[in-house]
Amino acid sequence: MQFWVIQTLNSLALGGLLFLLAAGFSLIFGLMRIANLTHGAYYMLGAYIGVSILKVIPNLWVAALLGGLTVAVFGGLVERFILRKLAGNELGQVLVTLGFAYIIADFCLVVWGGDPIPVPTPEGLDSPIEIAGFMFPAYRLAVVAIALATGVALYLLMERTRLGAMIRAGVDDMQMARAVGIPVSRLFTIVFCLGSALAGAGGILGGPIMSAYPGLDFDMLPLALIVVILGGVGSLIGAFVGSFIIGFVYTFGIALFPQFAYVILFLPMIVVIAFRPRGLFGRQVA
Amino acid sequence: MVTEGLTRLATPPVNAALAVSGINALYGDSHVLHEVSFTLNSGRVLALLGRNGAGKTTCMSSIIGFLPPRDGEIRLFGETITRLSPEAISRKGIGFVPQGRRVFASLTVRENLDVARQSRAGVAVPWTLDRVCDLFPRLRERLHQHAGSLSGGEQQMLAIARALMGNPRVLLMDEPSEGLAPLIVTEVGRTIARLKEAGQSIVLVEQNLKLALDLADDVVMLNTGRVVFSGGVDEVRNNEALLTQHLGVF
Repeated sequence: MQFWVIQTLNSLALGGLLFLLAAGFSLIFGLMRIANLTHGAYYMLGAYIGVSILKVIPNLWVAALLGGLTVAVFGGLVERFILRKLAGNELGQVLVTLGFAYIIADFCLVVWGGDPIPVPTPEGLDSPIEIAGFMFPAYRLAVVAIALATGVALYLLMERTRLGAMIRAGVDDMQMARAVGIPVSRLFTIVFCLGSALAGAGGILGGPIMSAYPGLDFDMLPLALIVVILGGVGSLIGAFVGSFIIGFVYTFGIALFPQFAYVILFLPMIVVIAFRPRGLFGRQVA
Repeated sequence: MVTEGLTRLATPPVNAALAVSGINALYGDSHVLHEVSFTLNSGRVLALLGRNGAGKTTCMSSIIGFLPPRDGEIRLFGETITRLSPEAISRKGIGFVPQGRRVFASLTVRENLDVARQSRAGVAVPWTLDRVCDLFPRLRERLHQHAGSLSGGEQQMLAIARALMGNPRVLLMDEPSEGLAPLIVTEVGRTIARLKEAGQSIVLVEQNLKLALDLADDVVMLNTGRVVFSGGVDEVRNNEALLTQHLGVF
């Protein structure tokens, strides 16, 4: 029984981290039609920057905030000065974002070395807590809570503010959004910074569970891609539901059928795409 | 005045709201607009007429910045807007009601109006959510409905209302009556007439000739991407030869 409970919690925690990664990925893809293959690298870069910040300020939450901001600035610069020039050039975008992913990976290898670096769990959350006779790792519960809070905040931003409505208008019909005066190019930068910040902060918050290691980027990127394709491009709710589905499928797949982990991961996605090409919550985009 | 191959207007009249001077526009290698020039005077309705494929929609696309002209100039109240981005052109004061309505389907009616809101200095009575809902009471009833769930007529009203929310100095309307039931066409026509009364400068592309001629002060006719007629509406109304030659109607 403890196995199922713990694996369920692990699934939720992975789902939460995936959501932090996939929400930004989905918004960027939905609004800008850019498959930002650097997104996994932003997650890893966030984790490593967090490791360095923690040496100076031993507080995971502060590290997540500062690390997220740093990655946001970096992402914003890449968008403004490089990706912007590649508008409409999908192959160019794929090549450039993939290239940046490799550059960041090598940069991290040079700066932080090739050994995995564990990230300490914040004090107070480092011991399991007991609920109804089961022992729960407290930090994983905290990660789930943060993902939920982020989901609610993003939902309110997207659904209850004028900025969010402008972003959704851009996802619906970008050309028409421009024609009614919506500053789409400024929105691109905002969304790109926001997505990068979430990925970077996610990397640090995931640190106590996954640690920081070379290859973390390309462990996470396919999961984010699957989440977005499964949930529907540009859909926040899709990213949320998709993240937790993949969190469960991946965690239980690895635990129960380790030799089939990727089959279990990709099979539901293939089935969903076959019957709902735009994903569970996707819609026609102009 | 029938003008074959109208030449570039050297100096548009001072009260010109929108002056299009000698624009050439291309889709890839296909040359769609040839030296197109016309002037919309302030407070007037100019109907842009022509057969399918004559270049009317391309002309609109060039003005709003979707398809910047290769050369020539477009001026809004004397200020050039020729190669600005669509959002900058919108901010300068061009409102656009596109062909096919193109409302933001996943946004509510209210959000559609809200995202298009722009304030403009010098507008005596600016358009607000309340005022556009007074103009189209049916939108008020549907404020919280998704735009994609509206009927075609309601979507057209929303598209017009959305353009008005930007307090445009010049309003471009591309086929506002297309695909609508006759009763709704009448309603849209009445609305355009009210906007005209209020002094709104409008460029109207319209297949419904009667509607266009009822509303227009001036007419510009395009044929295969060239201006073939430019003049007052009265010169057109009873000139069946002209209408048949360039519009292929009757």
